[in-house]
Amino acid sequence: MNAPQSLLRQVSDILATPLAPSRYLETINPLWSDHARGKVVEIQQEADDAVTLLIQPNRAFPAARAGQYVQLGVDIDGVRHWRCYSLTRVPGQQGRLLSVSVRQIEGGQVSTYINRRLSVGALVHLKPPAGDFVLPASTTDRLLFISAGSGVTPVMGMLRELQANRPHQDVVALHFTPDYPRCLFAGELRAMNSEHRAVRISVTRGLGADGDLRGHFSAEMLESVCPDWRDRTAYVCGPNTLIDACQEHWLAAGIPQQLKREAFMPKRAAAKPGAGGVVMFEVSGKQVKADGQTSLLEAAESAGLNPAHGCRMGICCSCLVTLKEGQVQDSTSGEIHNEPGEQVRICVCTAAGDVKLEL
Amino acid sequence: MNASVQVKPVDLQPVARKSKLPVQMTDEQIQAFGREIQAVRERIMSSLGEKDARYIRRVIKTQRWLEISGRGLLFAGILPPAWLAGTAMLGVAKILENMEIGHNIIHGQWDWMRDPDIHSSTWEWDTVCPSKHWKHSHNHMHHKWTNVVGMDRDVGYGLLRMSEKQEWEPYYLGQPLYNFLLATFFQWGVALHDLEAEKIRKGEKSYKEAIPFLKEVGVKVRKQVLKDYVLFPALAGPFFLPVLAGNAVANLIRNYWSYAIIFCGHFPEGTEDFTVEDIENEDKAHWYLRQMLGSANIEGGKLMHIMSGNLSHQIEHHLFPDMPSNRYAEAAREVRAIARKYGIPYNSHSLRRQFMSSMKKVFRLSLPNRRARDEEVTVAA
Repeated sequence: MNAPQSLLRQVSDILATPLAPSRYLETINPLWSDHARGKVVEIQQEADDAVTLLIQPNRAFPAARAGQYVQLGVDIDGVRHWRCYSLTRVPGQQGRLLSVSVRQIEGGQVSTYINRRLSVGALVHLKPPAGDFVLPASTTDRLLFISAGSGVTPVMGMLRELQANRPHQDVVALHFTPDYPRCLFAGELRAMNSEHRAVRISVTRGLGADGDLRGHFSAEMLESVCPDWRDRTAYVCGPNTLIDACQEHWLAAGIPQQLKREAFMPKRAAAKPGAGGVVMFEVSGKQVKADGQTSLLEAAESAGLNPAHGCRMGICCSCLVTLKEGQVQDSTSGEIHNEPGEQVRICVCTAAGDVKLEL
Repeated sequence: MNASVQVKPVDLQPVARKSKLPVQMTDEQIQAFGREIQAVRERIMSSLGEKDARYIRRVIKTQRWLEISGRGLLFAGILPPAWLAGTAMLGVAKILENMEIGHNIIHGQWDWMRDPDIHSSTWEWDTVCPSKHWKHSHNHMHHKWTNVVGMDRDVGYGLLRMSEKQEWEPYYLGQPLYNFLLATFFQWGVALHDLEAEKIRKGEKSYKEAIPFLKEVGVKVRKQVLKDYVLFPALAGPFFLPVLAGNAVANLIRNYWSYAIIFCGHFPEGTEDFTVEDIENEDKAHWYLRQMLGSANIEGGKLMHIMSGNLSHQIEHHLFPDMPSNRYAEAAREVRAIARKYGIPYNSHSLRRQFMSSMKKVFRLSLPNRRARDEEVTVAA
């Protein structure tokens, strides 16, 4: 930063004090923010139970690589919820837009909201892209993608990147879907077939289209679709059963390092209010077992920690700590908190199952 | 009640402590009252949603536009109407920021939204008091130990004698003057609250001990002063002085107003104060009861409520410090009905009456307790 810019920064910081200047700019346009955010510019019905959001990110959103995921934050009934979604487009493939494709999960609060209630023009919150399920630097490596269900989303991000910028790289893709109406990107996947692309869809349950394979992943299927799989950099993303099957197969061939895996997060354990659990303190590396009557503050103190606190009755907000994993229960309201990154009042919250705190 | 204590000596211990609060209620009644108050809290807190989120965001947006417009108008402050309008808008913006927005966010009233920009863990407010100190002196000491003489330093702010239970000394003869100065420099008083000036005055605490605290205040003060008294006036170039004066007056308006509202919250006649012995082994129901007895509301319309940061619902704020302020009016209807049902005093009057009553106390307690008054207090209790 040069001197005049730095001076300008200092002056604007003082003028806006005690807030960041960005808070005032946001008042004019919510995208003029130093927080990564985006505006939903288009919503496409991707399959019977899935939509694709095309999002215009603001300048605070850093560069993304195809295959990475972002955390997307939406406000539902006034409360912010964050979920991880693979980028099905990264900025640069279609203008500055990025996209995520979200399948509606039974009972899934966020996926249902995105599918049913989110509308064009909505503001969504973003966190920097992350993940190393990305294309190799080499443009000559031959590639193999195996995906099932929503596992196609990071693969789609990479396939689109290859279409846009590496048309000559040799690619085989094999995607499993229960049936045709629930297949994401079916048309676009088929249309990719060309001299350097072989894209096959396998239908495991319902109806498919002409030319589709049938059934789950097997050694025979792989052999017939991609006889040179041993010589390729392979990627697998989907349910654990598929990942396990591939992993065994590559291990048996003695080339496990050639297989990159991406598993979506496991489902959270059901609420166990009052259950207590092991409380892990991430920063100090300590842990302690606490019952459902012991506050997290008491648990921390019994582990020899001395976290900042005040009233010990849930009213002064001096003891807020970031919840990293697991769930806690607020003893003053009975409310369960289980969103990673959430700030919880440790003087009144108790463990409901094993939890990890930033302490 | 005292009679029943003597009849049932087994209950002497619990009932004796519970009778220390100045109400004619049995322990069962107090517990039932506590459950009803808790039910009000649970019902409202579980119904928070989109509408509430929109409310606080709208207030914040309004406040920022008021501030931007006010400061803009002050740049044309050489024209008297622009100066007056700009100063008034900036004054109102500062009041909104400190009261309906800052004070309430720092209480965690909006933490449930999980928006890091409207959160008690991150909010810093437009006053010289760092929010970290405020969480201690106000959120913890004042709200937990409300009106307990010797614990809650808001009883007189270490400057004034606001309870008969505080011992009189000749220093307090100057109380009307200290009171005026406190109102005028209220934001500075708030910033230095945790300094425990009275302990330094009495030699119980050395200046040296206060240095780390003062350093933290200094960091905040520097930025606040640079903003209002150096940079904004300097940006106005030849109109340096009108902008400087406008900013100073806006801060002053905010000081007087917030002082007035805060004094109306706990000092009008009829609000109770307590001793440490009164609250031994206090449970949640008794805590609720003490909050009600020690707080006073201000009657008024919507504007009054917003401009006071809903501290016009001081009673509800003290029962539920982390309840979003836009819900206090709704809570107040239920709390008032519960108070009537149990015969608990519910102190709610006009701003004028509550303020005059508080000022009377300032003057009255600048003098030693009169014998007659003492007896009256004893009889009333």
